[in-house]
Amino acid sequence: MSLLEFENVTLKFGGLTAVDDLSFEVLEGEVFALVGPNGAGKSTVFNLISRFYDPYAGSIRFDGHDLLRVKPSGVAAYGVARTFQNIELFEHATVLQNLLVGRHQHRKTNLLSELLFLPSARQQEIENREKVEEIIDFLDLQAYRDKMIAGLPYGVRKVVEVARALATDPKLLLLDEPASGLSVEETSDMRWWIDDIRRQMGITVLMVEHDMGLVSGVSDRVLAMADGAKLALGSPAQVQSHPAVIEAYLGKAS
Amino acid sequence: MRIVFKTNYMQDIRPWKDRYQLSLYLILLAVVAAAPWWLDAFYLGELTNVLIWAIAGLGLMILTGHTGQVSLGHAAFLAFGCYANIALIEAGVPFLIAFPLAGILTGIAGVTVAIPALWLHGIYLAIFTMALSILMDDIIVLSEPITGGVAGKYVGGVEIFGHLVDRWGTPDQFFWLVLIVTVLVTLGYINLLRAPLGRSFIAVRDSEVSAQAMGIDIARTKMISFALSCAVTGWAGALMGLFAGAFNNETFSVLISIQLLMMIVIGGLGSIHGAFLGAIVIGFLPQFLSISKEYAGALFGGNTVAIPGLEFGIFGMILIAFILFEPMGLYGRWLKIRTWFELFPFYRKDMFKRQKSYLRTERLR
Repeated sequence: MSLLEFENVTLKFGGLTAVDDLSFEVLEGEVFALVGPNGAGKSTVFNLISRFYDPYAGSIRFDGHDLLRVKPSGVAAYGVARTFQNIELFEHATVLQNLLVGRHQHRKTNLLSELLFLPSARQQEIENREKVEEIIDFLDLQAYRDKMIAGLPYGVRKVVEVARALATDPKLLLLDEPASGLSVEETSDMRWWIDDIRRQMGITVLMVEHDMGLVSGVSDRVLAMADGAKLALGSPAQVQSHPAVIEAYLGKAS
Repeated sequence: MRIVFKTNYMQDIRPWKDRYQLSLYLILLAVVAAAPWWLDAFYLGELTNVLIWAIAGLGLMILTGHTGQVSLGHAAFLAFGCYANIALIEAGVPFLIAFPLAGILTGIAGVTVAIPALWLHGIYLAIFTMALSILMDDIIVLSEPITGGVAGKYVGGVEIFGHLVDRWGTPDQFFWLVLIVTVLVTLGYINLLRAPLGRSFIAVRDSEVSAQAMGIDIARTKMISFALSCAVTGWAGALMGLFAGAFNNETFSVLISIQLLMMIVIGGLGSIHGAFLGAIVIGFLPQFLSISKEYAGALFGGNTVAIPGLEFGIFGMILIAFILFEPMGLYGRWLKIRTWFELFPFYRKDMFKRQKSYLRTERLR
């Protein structure tokens, strides 16, 4: 069953066509990778799903809902969580607070009960903590729980961002270059985590990644893009050997 | 260094770290509450003034320190709260209802202002709110039937359960009234920060895009922040009016707005302590200056000359020094000193090194 459907989506910035008549679908429970040279429109696809941009034409459906009718802050409530290419954490807050922000969409208390910190607010905080602690355990972040983001190394921040996305209890996790800037060990950790996120938590993963080792290691299907359009779609091996993909990366053989 | 061994989530959720910390704050509260017995009338008045400024600082801290929206117009809301309170009392509403209502009305006024302010960021928001502060002057003059216009208003005491509480007549009771409001506002603020709403404020301050991706409605969050901030500021304004006893259109000038913003920057943005530390600096600086002028006069033999604008000049210099050397404010400096002692001799200079970003939201546009 398809969880996310892109149907003939086109997005233009002035004269530039960032996404050109793109159609694909992400099936439930799979790891789906988007690859392509810089400027191919991969991150733009993410921003379309997050509703930061309105497409010029086409439709985006998620889990049976028309995503284009949802406002940007409403996307999370449908079960879509994401990370950002240039880490967008809340710098002057602790790791714990960052993850708790991820629980925000499950907020049931109102302003008054929070100002008075009524038992309902306390109960909600404890429940949020339990959920967040599971994720901290899962991603081995115990050592950083009470640390400020501003003082954390880059590799840890990447993991915290994944953790924060997981805290929202998503159905679909969008990872924008999860391994960029990571060391070899960190990349291989990330690979096992992505695998576990899919297998243990049953979360569908859509990721943009340049590291072909990671892509072929974890993803079921790969979509190669260039200039906003689809080049090839298939298993990692199929896509890597596809002539159009080789041409986009290496140029035409003369 | 005290290390708390955590065995329960409540240890993180409740506002104090351990009993030792809780008892310190309770002792502080008790000592301050007993001030009428150990302070003379003049300094009690000064302390009352500091507490009122602290409430105003907490109000602005919600908006600027925790939501990242600069406001140079909070004097307008001080004025609004002040006049709303007096107008309600003059209309026959008892103080215990008029006072909370004055804050709520200011909050509603704040939301009305927030709607156009939602499109504005950083410096543009500062200009917008500053214009508001200047505009308030004219609004007060124009709505003379309520505000008394240029002639202003005079207030005596207020009646609480048939008991007259007056700044001059019963300074002790007035001090306790201010203290109770301070404590209630502070407790509300602490609760806010450990609940989802407070965290969503911080999220909006630090990264609007990812706050949005986490399901936080930016516009709504900013509006709630404006409402809470203005309500608290309104209460501070109401108390300020009662404290001053007389006020007119020029009492809450744009300079007060600037002073308020400087206060929370000096105290330390993004912390409750910062509002109080800043208020102490603001409240006692004039006294400190006049006392040191006397000493300087005695030392150099000259008679004390009144230099116009000296207070603001020194104030400006202090602000510049803070922005250059301690952007985290007094509270940040205190944290460093405390850590130095706790970790002695293992303190490292770069322990608190952070990205110096005052308004990160600006960068994202």
